[in-house]
Amino acid sequence: MAKMLMKGNEAIAEAAIRAGCRLFFGYPITPQTELSEYMAKNMPKCGGLSLQAESEIAAINMVLGAASTGARVITSSSSPGISLKSEGISYIIGSDLPCVIVNVQRGGPGLGGIQPAQSDYNQATKALGHGDGHIIVLAPDSVQEMAALTAEAFDLADIYRMPCMIFADGALGQMMEPVDFEAVPVRELPAKDWACTGTGGKRVHNIINSLYMEPEALEKTVVERFERYKKLAENETKYEEFMLDDAEYAVVAYGITARIAKTAVINARRKGIKAGLFRPITLYPFPEKPLNRLADGVKKFLSVEMNMGQMLNDVKVAVECKKPVIHFGRTGGVIPTPEEVLEQLEKLAGGAE
Amino acid sequence: MSAILLAGFGGQGILFAGKQLVLAGMKKDKQVSWLPSYGPEMRGGTCNCSVNIDDEPIGSPLVTAPDILIAMNKPSLLKFAGRVVPGGTVVYDTSLIDIAVGRDDVNAYGIPATGLANDAGIAKLANVILLGYLIKKTGLYEKDFFLEHIRGSAPKSKPELGELNAKALLIGYGYEG
Repeated sequence: MAKMLMKGNEAIAEAAIRAGCRLFFGYPITPQTELSEYMAKNMPKCGGLSLQAESEIAAINMVLGAASTGARVITSSSSPGISLKSEGISYIIGSDLPCVIVNVQRGGPGLGGIQPAQSDYNQATKALGHGDGHIIVLAPDSVQEMAALTAEAFDLADIYRMPCMIFADGALGQMMEPVDFEAVPVRELPAKDWACTGTGGKRVHNIINSLYMEPEALEKTVVERFERYKKLAENETKYEEFMLDDAEYAVVAYGITARIAKTAVINARRKGIKAGLFRPITLYPFPEKPLNRLADGVKKFLSVEMNMGQMLNDVKVAVECKKPVIHFGRTGGVIPTPEEVLEQLEKLAGGAE
Repeated sequence: MSAILLAGFGGQGILFAGKQLVLAGMKKDKQVSWLPSYGPEMRGGTCNCSVNIDDEPIGSPLVTAPDILIAMNKPSLLKFAGRVVPGGTVVYDTSLIDIAVGRDDVNAYGIPATGLANDAGIAKLANVILLGYLIKKTGLYEKDFFLEHIRGSAPKSKPELGELNAKALLIGYGYEG
């Protein structure tokens, strides 16, 4: 198939439709609006439903309902809207339901701004909603990967029975690049025998629920879920390594920031600085083991994000104090430039700690 | 490779012009990226667009050191002229910009694009006139290739717009500054 020039937001929407998703519930917000727009235009053409709910809270609860029937379902928003959805996401986690949630981040806190940010990292990877639970978090760095990871997100959600987030930002959402919706690898998916689809009087009815009045019963569900998180980490952790073979200084960055860091790494190499890039693709599960191994070879880590230092703590935990980890970031909607990242690398390579 | 920054007011067709450069690059099997930056307004406000056209995969889609700057208003020229790489190119609309580029290490090409567009009765196509002048001065694309491309850029429901774009491109290409 020929490559199409598309915005990241549109690529996610198209990839979702191609993944067999026929249900979109959302509420518009910049900078993800093109996704809602694409769904509104294209879902009806393939017999699907695109519904603009009265609020983000309504939309996420519609997702809960749809996911309970075993249907593939997606919702999307941007930072403030994701906060509104967080209660519903916690319920979905507690109900062990698969769904895909898109966060095209913008600057915060509060209503913040409308320019790109990565300031919801802690929210996405640590606590999207109350309770002892997680969601899968995927961080694409190109329009092509936004399409590929959306297809992947539906499969992961179905296999592990948990929400999966596409963790993007305003730049990735609105930038256009060529995208090829090539055949994605077909994964074997478990039967959704837990879904509430009507018994026809032929079987015991299923119950979708997140309420357990007995602490021991609730504990059992949480422990079982953490077994699944463990399997997820073992089998699905993804990352990219770039110029790391002989690197002395490893930049760690995800999403759009990784693209900027890649340019900085190439320019640093031209100046004789042995730099490389480690790009986590899954932010939850975080690629701790490969980063830990990397710490044996490099001298220092530079964690670059569009926030004040959130992934920084995950990098530090992964590296186990073997090597220093320094943060560089811009926030509030400001995108760091390759020149700024290069300057940090020069500082690392030249100066004492 | 070309890192191109297009900048001006919202409503001047900055994003459209950038998109046409990118689409043409795709036809040439180049790696491309297009990254907009604008405020919430449909018109007015400032708008710029980072475009990369390269043989290698694009790293940073954000253009901070452009090889080519297309400036469609004075604030854009003031803001971005200093960022153009030495030996780079600045194409700017002298109808709306009454100052010089102020650098002797870049190739500066001024064209009264808005005036030419108004004279030709295609008031909104100063952006395409600038593209015409750009490809003439830089050879970024061959004239006939890009002319055919821009002619086909209109939606199917409004083919007459493609002809107007072609007309604008030729005005820019034919301008003797």
